[in-house]
Amino acid sequence: MKRSSLLILLLAFSVSVFAQEPFVFENQQQQDRFNRLTQELRCLVCQNQNLADSDAPLAYDLRRELHSMLMAGQSNEQIKQFLVARYGDFVLYRPPLQKNTWLLWLAPLFLLLGGALVLRYSIKKRSALFAAEQDSND
Amino acid sequence: MNSRALPLIAFLLLVALLVAGLSMSDRKTLIPSPLINKPVPAFDLPVLASPERTMSAESFLGKPYLVNFWASWCVSCRVEHPVITELAKLKAVRIVGLNFRDETEDAVAWLERYGDPYDVNLADLDGRISIDFGVYAAPETFLVDPSGTIVYKHIGPLTMELIEAEILPRVADMEAGS
Repeated sequence: MKRSSLLILLLAFSVSVFAQEPFVFENQQQQDRFNRLTQELRCLVCQNQNLADSDAPLAYDLRRELHSMLMAGQSNEQIKQFLVARYGDFVLYRPPLQKNTWLLWLAPLFLLLGGALVLRYSIKKRSALFAAEQDSND
Repeated sequence: MNSRALPLIAFLLLVALLVAGLSMSDRKTLIPSPLINKPVPAFDLPVLASPERTMSAESFLGKPYLVNFWASWCVSCRVEHPVITELAKLKAVRIVGLNFRDETEDAVAWLERYGDPYDVNLADLDGRISIDFGVYAAPETFLVDPSGTIVYKHIGPLTMELIEAEILPRVADMEAGS
């Protein structure tokens, strides 16, 4: 019983592997890197999908390209540079911090600061109200 | 200031953001190409339907030329075709057709059916060179100057207005400069 359920479990995992193109890797580490890279890179044909999910012919070609670069020993950084040089920063789902993206990266900080200011203002107002109430009660 | 107006102001700001976002959503051509002002990617491709002859990027040096990526499966290329034909009649600039990710027979049939306005057509059957050009939405057109530098790129079908506004003046400048 235990054995057959283990077999079913293994089969369930094997299906998801065969759904992708049969890329061959030398080790698990390469496979993981490939999966992570294709998830972080945008497919430009259908711009809201990453390279891993897209069925567009370009996404297929780029996955093939990525695979051969990875097998040739290129680093993640080199692979990303290859794509940025051709398609621009837009391919990166995680954009770099540079002069045209600083607002994007710092916006959450500004929002947090703004929220803190509003909070401070309303606390002050309330405590003033409270103090006034206390005064009138006295 | 009336603090009751604050939520309304915040809401109106969000609406403005939404409108701005929606009006820009279909402008995927606005994504700037990193290839502008860079040398044209190296290629050495067979001439369409005459694979025994190949042409490289070097063989086009010396005069400006357009690289127009097209394919027989590309509907917008069919839309663009009369414009390319019109442009070819002007004889203002050489037009290099780059037939990519296509079947040679289909491409040849397409040219026979609609006419062949190109000075030469090169075949990038597996699309490897189109990746180097960063092509993702055919048709795409690149203007290359006499020294082999990409000076302009357009994604999507060219129009006569675009050609007159963006391409012909640049070509005229190059001819005047050389």
